[in-house]
Amino acid sequence: MTIDGTQAQEDKMKSSTARTHAINIGDLDRTKSMGQEGEIEITLNVSDLDLYYGEKQALKKINMEIPKNRVTAFIGPSGCGKSTLLRCFNRMNDLVDSVRIEGLITLDGEDIHSKHLNVAELRRRVGMVFQKPNPFPKSIYENVAYGLRILGIKDKRRIDETVEKALRGAALWDEVKDRLQDNALGLSGGQQQRLVIARAIAVEPEVLLLDEPASALDPISTLKIEELIYELKDKYTIVIVTHNMQQAARVSDFTAFMYMGEMVEHADTNTLFTNPSQKQTEDYITGRYG
Amino acid sequence: MSMRDRTAKWFKSGTPWIWLNAGAVSVSLLMVLGLLLLITVRGLSYFWPSDVMDAQYKQANGSEIRLIGAIDSTETVPVARVRDSGYKIESEEPVERHLLKVGNRDVYGADFKLVLAPFLSDIKFPEDILVAERREWGNFYGFLISISENGNVIAEGESARQALTERLQRAVDLFAQIRSIQIHEIGSINYRLERLRLKQRGLELEGLEDPEAFAEIEKERETLQQEYDVQREKMTVLFQQIRRDSMRVETMDGTQKDIPLEKVVRIYYPNNMGIFAKLGFYFKKIWEFISDEPREANTEGGIFPAIFGTVMMVLIMSVLVTPFGVVAAVYLREYAKQGPIIRVIRIAVNNLAGVPSIVYGVFGLGFFVYFLGGNIDALFFPEAQPAPTFGTPGIIWSSLTLALLTLPVVIVATEEGLARIPRAIREGSLALGATKAETLWRIVIPMASPAMMTGLILAVARAAGEVAPLMLVGVVKLAPSLPLDGNFPFLHLERKFMHLGFHIYDVGFQSPNVEAARPLVYATSLLLIIVIVLLNLAAIYIRNHLREKYRSLEH
Repeated sequence: MTIDGTQAQEDKMKSSTARTHAINIGDLDRTKSMGQEGEIEITLNVSDLDLYYGEKQALKKINMEIPKNRVTAFIGPSGCGKSTLLRCFNRMNDLVDSVRIEGLITLDGEDIHSKHLNVAELRRRVGMVFQKPNPFPKSIYENVAYGLRILGIKDKRRIDETVEKALRGAALWDEVKDRLQDNALGLSGGQQQRLVIARAIAVEPEVLLLDEPASALDPISTLKIEELIYELKDKYTIVIVTHNMQQAARVSDFTAFMYMGEMVEHADTNTLFTNPSQKQTEDYITGRYG
Repeated sequence: MSMRDRTAKWFKSGTPWIWLNAGAVSVSLLMVLGLLLLITVRGLSYFWPSDVMDAQYKQANGSEIRLIGAIDSTETVPVARVRDSGYKIESEEPVERHLLKVGNRDVYGADFKLVLAPFLSDIKFPEDILVAERREWGNFYGFLISISENGNVIAEGESARQALTERLQRAVDLFAQIRSIQIHEIGSINYRLERLRLKQRGLELEGLEDPEAFAEIEKERETLQQEYDVQREKMTVLFQQIRRDSMRVETMDGTQKDIPLEKVVRIYYPNNMGIFAKLGFYFKKIWEFISDEPREANTEGGIFPAIFGTVMMVLIMSVLVTPFGVVAAVYLREYAKQGPIIRVIRIAVNNLAGVPSIVYGVFGLGFFVYFLGGNIDALFFPEAQPAPTFGTPGIIWSSLTLALLTLPVVIVATEEGLARIPRAIREGSLALGATKAETLWRIVIPMASPAMMTGLILAVARAAGEVAPLMLVGVVKLAPSLPLDGNFPFLHLERKFMHLGFHIYDVGFQSPNVEAARPLVYATSLLLIIVIVLLNLAAIYIRNHLREKYRSLEH
């Protein structure tokens, strides 16, 4: 979990504007000293990640680490590549025809682009929630059970239990327990988004990727989602992309600021918002651009 | 403001454009409604029992004859033409000419007679004019004289009418019984005998020296033969019974004639019927038209086999075209790499829709019937050779040909449906660890099913009205049996069938009795339209049901 010297040197050699940004050990030590128990493990490790859409480079030499059972937030102006980076973690970018990825991403030390790794299995381990709620046009129950059916689970009782657990986990159970067979599209936007989260956690992923999960929701629903994120981080490693800096400050333990496809700064949330080390970060969080 | 300015302003306001649009819509609507009205009126009036007149008519040579008949249609002709045909006429007014249905084809040789209205005199509508619908020779018009049983007169005059009603009912019932035995019992025995023959032939071809098997077949054949004899005996008895009664009638020129009641379908006295009696008769006739089999070279009776054939052919076609079209569209849209090759394929598919349908018929005949069917026969039905089983036009080849014809429609509609499924939904499924195939089967295809149904609706609309290719690959004027019956394996895909569209052509242009058949053209057209509308409504109902289920696409 350290940046090796050659990497830093290389970057220095390349240009003065190129920066390397990873959580430095000091940051992590500080969080530890802040009272959170145990060693911080790293779930996702990104090194030297370059991503091109055709000729256009969307991500430039990204190096970072995502700690386990913490919430990491990506902030940055539109088009800075934060969603693209997020979608690298479950290889959602594979669906785009012209995309080319270089560099290494490991999940628990395993290369996610390895030939031995099944993409479907990776996506089960790395769940994802999208900006707009996207429930399937099926019943509430079937939406949550979908991932289980894909896994080939047929035992009705086990599915029932998992569905209930997932819905409780997503703080939706009390609202829908009497109408599990109703069409999911009849739910409100906020409920739909929580349903989608329930759907994602039903297959018990290790990592949960949230791509602006509250941007299409009203303030009350947003609050509920944020509370939910807070509860979920005990069990899952959460990566959230958000436009809303207050939200990042409220829900995340670590925050990464990205700009023009580069990782400008990555530090624990308190530090980044109160004492950013980069001028660009400061300009952004104080609203000078973006 | 000058006139010119005002005109310019009027044009600028867009008003003329609106009028033009509204005009175009109105003209289209009027044409559609006019067409429907024409077909409906002409088609439905055919079944009405019109009054039959009894009049004196002065012919061109001056002689007077008596005419009994119903006015079928009336037109006006110029006087000059009337004079040319030998009639002497003073006035210069155009003359009305009636087409009179006089029936009695066995006596006069033709059912219809053209008469000029001014030369008719002494027109009466006597209540005792009798119309008999017969199984042969068309309608009979005339008067009832007496009823005979085994050649002995048993009733005359007033009492004859009463006796006729009862005895005709008996004859009709007996006839129905005979028909039923012929079609069901004897038909089934013949079918089983034929299969037995094929089985034996098959054993012979295999060169198996298995006397036991042959003995078995022989035994079965004997059993069937016995069954046949029993039915035959039953029929003989019935035939004797049905031949018992006959009626003596008199035609308009005074000839007397005996008509056996077994040859009569229905008897009525149109001039003696009230409006309600006529209405009842009318609906009975319509029902007969829908539910009965055709008689007399398709000019009489019903068209049930044609309705059945049309619907069944369309259903088989739907079953064939949907999976093919959907699979092709899924490949084109979901799996194939979008590039120049796919674009060319897509253009080719779209252009297939523009190929004239008769070309599909030729292809169907050459490829499906002769090549595929011929090979199937050679491989699976050698015992039936040289008589073809599948190597001859039949309902399966018709359905396949039309499936090919409508394939582009289904592909295009399905592709559009697939393209409309939001990316977010697909990604939602993939992000849960579903593979692309699982996403397709569980999410995308169900959601695109309303679009597939739209494609199918268009396909059905096109296929149900298509006639030209069918004439090459399976339609016949008169099919001896339906493609679906009680004989194993119940669905006989190799059989030829009747089709409403072809029936229209047949009665309209191939009929030996054009005048009698003409109203049937309209009636059948009306029925074809109704069948297509019903098929479409059924498909639309299913589609709306699916849409309701997957309505997420609406936002």
